[in-house]
Amino acid sequence: MSLATSENSITIERLNKSYPGPSGADVHYIIKDVDLVVKSGEFFVLLGPSGCGKSTLLNIIAGFVSKSGGRLRIGESEVSKPGKDRAVVFQQADSSLFPWLTVRQNVEFGLKMKKMPKPQRKEISDRYIGLVGLSGHENKFPRELSGGMKQRVQLARVLANDPVILLMDEPFGALDAMTRRTMQKELSRIWRETNKTVIFVTHDIQEALLLGQRIGIMSAGPSSNITNIYDVPLPYPRDAAAPEFYELYRTIQAHFDE
Amino acid sequence: MKRFGNKWISLALLWIGGVAVWQLAAYLYGPEIVPGPAATLKGAAELLADGSLPKYIGISFYRVLTGWALGSLIGIPIGLVIGKVNAVRAFAEPFLNFIRFIPPIAFITLFLVWFGIGEQSKIALITYATLFIVVMNTLTGVLSVEEDKIRSARSMGASEWQIVLHVIVPATMPYMFTGIRLAMGTSYMAIIGAEMIAANEGVGFLIWNSRLYFRTDWIFVGLISLGLMGFVTDRLVGWIGRKALYRYGVVGTAPARR
Repeated sequence: MSLATSENSITIERLNKSYPGPSGADVHYIIKDVDLVVKSGEFFVLLGPSGCGKSTLLNIIAGFVSKSGGRLRIGESEVSKPGKDRAVVFQQADSSLFPWLTVRQNVEFGLKMKKMPKPQRKEISDRYIGLVGLSGHENKFPRELSGGMKQRVQLARVLANDPVILLMDEPFGALDAMTRRTMQKELSRIWRETNKTVIFVTHDIQEALLLGQRIGIMSAGPSSNITNIYDVPLPYPRDAAAPEFYELYRTIQAHFDE
Repeated sequence: MKRFGNKWISLALLWIGGVAVWQLAAYLYGPEIVPGPAATLKGAAELLADGSLPKYIGISFYRVLTGWALGSLIGIPIGLVIGKVNAVRAFAEPFLNFIRFIPPIAFITLFLVWFGIGEQSKIALITYATLFIVVMNTLTGVLSVEEDKIRSARSMGASEWQIVLHVIVPATMPYMFTGIRLAMGTSYMAIIGAEMIAANEGVGFLIWNSRLYFRTDWIFVGLISLGLMGFVTDRLVGWIGRKALYRYGVVGTAPARR
């Protein structure tokens, strides 16, 4: 049991991303000596100001960007390249979805790449299109969908590949406030139903509190790091109007006001 | 409905006005300098009667379409390789930027020496004229594929080859199509030049040869034929593109001439 659950954990030790400065001798760090353990099945939020290196950290975990130093393990194995175990939901659905494919074809992309037979593909895409609430829109093209619906397609598309880890880079940042609220509820529900490990990047304190079991605060760059980790011991679905919620909100807000 | 009617009425008036100006110029300068609409029609009737006009149009069409199809078929894979493989691009880009400033017609004598006086040299010239435009556009398309698309395909388990086939090629489709369509215009310019210098048939030959008989009306017939040939092929290519490549985001509007 403990082995099975540790499989989906993320362990980061003294992780660095740096680039040489103009003179060549000095080194500039984007993120420096980041330590973090995200447990299997946990919803972890990375919260910090714009430009603090949240996305860099996420891209290193995804394997898109190479680290300059330190260690990164998924379960027990060291990783440095993208893999099917880690799925990424991007902020811009327009740049990450395939506009020449229908909703169904987008969702089945990963399955088609591993040459799964069509009936099986359809069964899986039906399930995940249903899970994200897009039944009836299977044959539409992304350009025919609203921003929120496109993000649902992205979510269904990565879930169809059955990854153990979801890496989400401000996926609702470009949505209007009401759609964002709906999507947060939906994501929270889907996470509880699928039991994935999630790292969710945002700069919105309320969003962090609505979604995360733990919230890691990143300091402003350069050489940024996770300075504090807050536990959010509130039950799901979360109520933004609850006094405990507000209390935590103020604590975190005070952290940034300093 | 009313707007539709107005559009056709103003279009008809415009054409009548154009022909009237043409007729006026013919009247003012005399038929040797500016053959009027009637004289041009008469010239066209002569050329139709002896069968030379259909034959010339046919042979010019054949040269353009063969060379253009060949150039496109060769240009697309070359553009894909140059765009995808950084090492090849570093080598090829300066070469491309050097050679694309040499107009195809400047090569005509060399092509005659290399490919002979027959059809091959003309088709080679059109292939050359098409090739670089298609390569440049395909290359630009490959370079503008969003990184997020490639990253998401990779994290869904697509191999490098699958990424080329299922992401880069479809994402580049509108650029390839623009290249192919622009190349059509350049192909006509190149073939007329080639036929003027080194051919016994074709619309370019007709235009050039008419000077021997001082038949400016035949020159007008040649010019109008050229315009119509270009117009018809461009519309046809645009229509096919719109119908067949709609899902890739190809729109039917005519691209700017190079």
